[in-house]
Amino acid sequence: MATTTETSVDNGVNVQALLDARAALTEAPEGAKFIWRANCKWVNGTHSHSLVKSFFGLGEEQNHITEFSFDADHPEVFASADKGAAPIEYVLVGLASCLTAGIAAIAQHRGIQLRSVSATLEGGMDIQGILGIDSDVRNGFDGIKVSYQIDADASKADIEALVAQSQKRSAVFDIVANPTNITVEINA
Amino acid sequence: MSRCLTERCIDHIVLERGEVANSWRYERWESLRLLTPNWQSNLPGYRYDGDNPDGYMKLSEIIDFIDGYAAFISAPVQTDTTVSSVRCTNDCYEVITNQGGWHCQAVVLASGAFNIPSVPPFSDRLPASIRTVTPNQYRNPDQFDNGGVLVVGASATGLQLAEEIHSSGRPVTLAVGEHVRMPRVYRGLDIQWWMDAIGVLDERYDEVDDIVRARNVPSPQLVGTPERLTMDLNSVTDIGVKLIGRFTGINNSEALFSGSLRNVIALADLKMNRLLDTIDEWATDNGKDGEVQDSQRYSVTRVDDAPPLGIDLSNGEIRSIVWATGFRPDYSWLEVPVLDRKGRIRHQGGVVDSPGLYVMGLTFLRRRKSSFIHGAGDDARDLSVHLASYLDQCSTGPRH
Repeated sequence: MATTTETSVDNGVNVQALLDARAALTEAPEGAKFIWRANCKWVNGTHSHSLVKSFFGLGEEQNHITEFSFDADHPEVFASADKGAAPIEYVLVGLASCLTAGIAAIAQHRGIQLRSVSATLEGGMDIQGILGIDSDVRNGFDGIKVSYQIDADASKADIEALVAQSQKRSAVFDIVANPTNITVEINA
Repeated sequence: MSRCLTERCIDHIVLERGEVANSWRYERWESLRLLTPNWQSNLPGYRYDGDNPDGYMKLSEIIDFIDGYAAFISAPVQTDTTVSSVRCTNDCYEVITNQGGWHCQAVVLASGAFNIPSVPPFSDRLPASIRTVTPNQYRNPDQFDNGGVLVVGASATGLQLAEEIHSSGRPVTLAVGEHVRMPRVYRGLDIQWWMDAIGVLDERYDEVDDIVRARNVPSPQLVGTPERLTMDLNSVTDIGVKLIGRFTGINNSEALFSGSLRNVIALADLKMNRLLDTIDEWATDNGKDGEVQDSQRYSVTRVDDAPPLGIDLSNGEIRSIVWATGFRPDYSWLEVPVLDRKGRIRHQGGVVDSPGLYVMGLTFLRRRKSSFIHGAGDDARDLSVHLASYLDQCSTGPRH
């Protein structure tokens, strides 16, 4: 696959490494199977503490450089202690950071220099769902709105194409937009 | 290919499971017309010579055209001959049919790219009350009960069937995944004229960045009508068809649809505008601007604020589903180990990964136009050259 990357463009993304990985995994698709993990411990009330360290990919166990930790809770209007972002806010964080990473990588590949990229995300939710007030109301978001502000060396149409392609290739966009089977088991 | 082989005095036979133009006769819907204009319908030594070069052939005209070509080139066709296996034995291929067997030095697979409907794996979980139809089974809207129809897929076939079925009084919901939008006529000329002029139809398999991606591009949303109308998501929305995201699964009796509709629409609008920009640049560079109409851009595709993400298939609102989700080739009879892990045939521009074996008619086989009638000629000329030199290398000629 030819690359359109120009040497003068630097968004801090090693596109060549990604293209090499793509070529290698096309030949050896079993290496493309990844498993992502998180470990969560209840602390108190609605407060929980999660850790992210290991994952599986490229045929073997892998580790992040360091262990990352996340506190999740609910705000005081939910009579909670507000020790961290609400879980649903982590979903917005995941979507935003996935799309933004994609924008940087695709811009690098297309030879577009980014100067600034910022996104504002809003997810609407009717909490009658989670409170069990109205069974016709779903628990989750009734919609998510993402607004990007992008300053880059590219036309408006090229920037729009960048954002569209990022959505097309985004894991979190796919997870949020499409159904996923979830299996929850209990190990007593 | 038969014509090119005859020109090279290569002894050959064309095996046909039914009649000449069989799939056009028995596996197409009644209102179908070609997506390419008549002037583009040409085969080696043969071209459309009617009085409507800008029209699009009806089904009966397509059958006559292909029948006419078979007679014109005196093709050695053996009809009613179904191939049950092709295998490689020592120095030749053994072809077993219901009319006996053949031994040959070379085999050209021209059985097409559109043999088996590609239906999503979850289709077997549909409620039994839902009737499903694939485009090769579809003839006209009267084969459906009254009531709602879900058309899955928004390329040329899905859009045409959605329009025809909705117009028959059966309300259609159209599930839209990735698609390719383009106007039928641009600046007064057929879009196929422009694509030919700017060279994209002749682009070769070894010239594009990513041939796998190029081969997976959906067919453009086009229709051939006497009025040369443009058909797109806006035109079907105008008559009342409801747009919904890609059909992604079934949960109990609920059909689930992707929330990505807005993005697939944005992608298609952006790509159409990029194509039109390329056309405009070509027109300017080639001094065409004075001869054709002014350039224009089309309104963005309209989509509801919150299209539904689920439809209850048990309440009777949807009675039938049309899977306009594409086709794949049938190689179940091919016993030569040339398929990759995805079941695709391994080939370089039609030269299959087994000496003496060739394939034709697949999407972007050798050129972007390879799967169209007008694309067969150049591919056949190239591949017949390769085939002839292969036969020269073999010590013996073809034998029966």
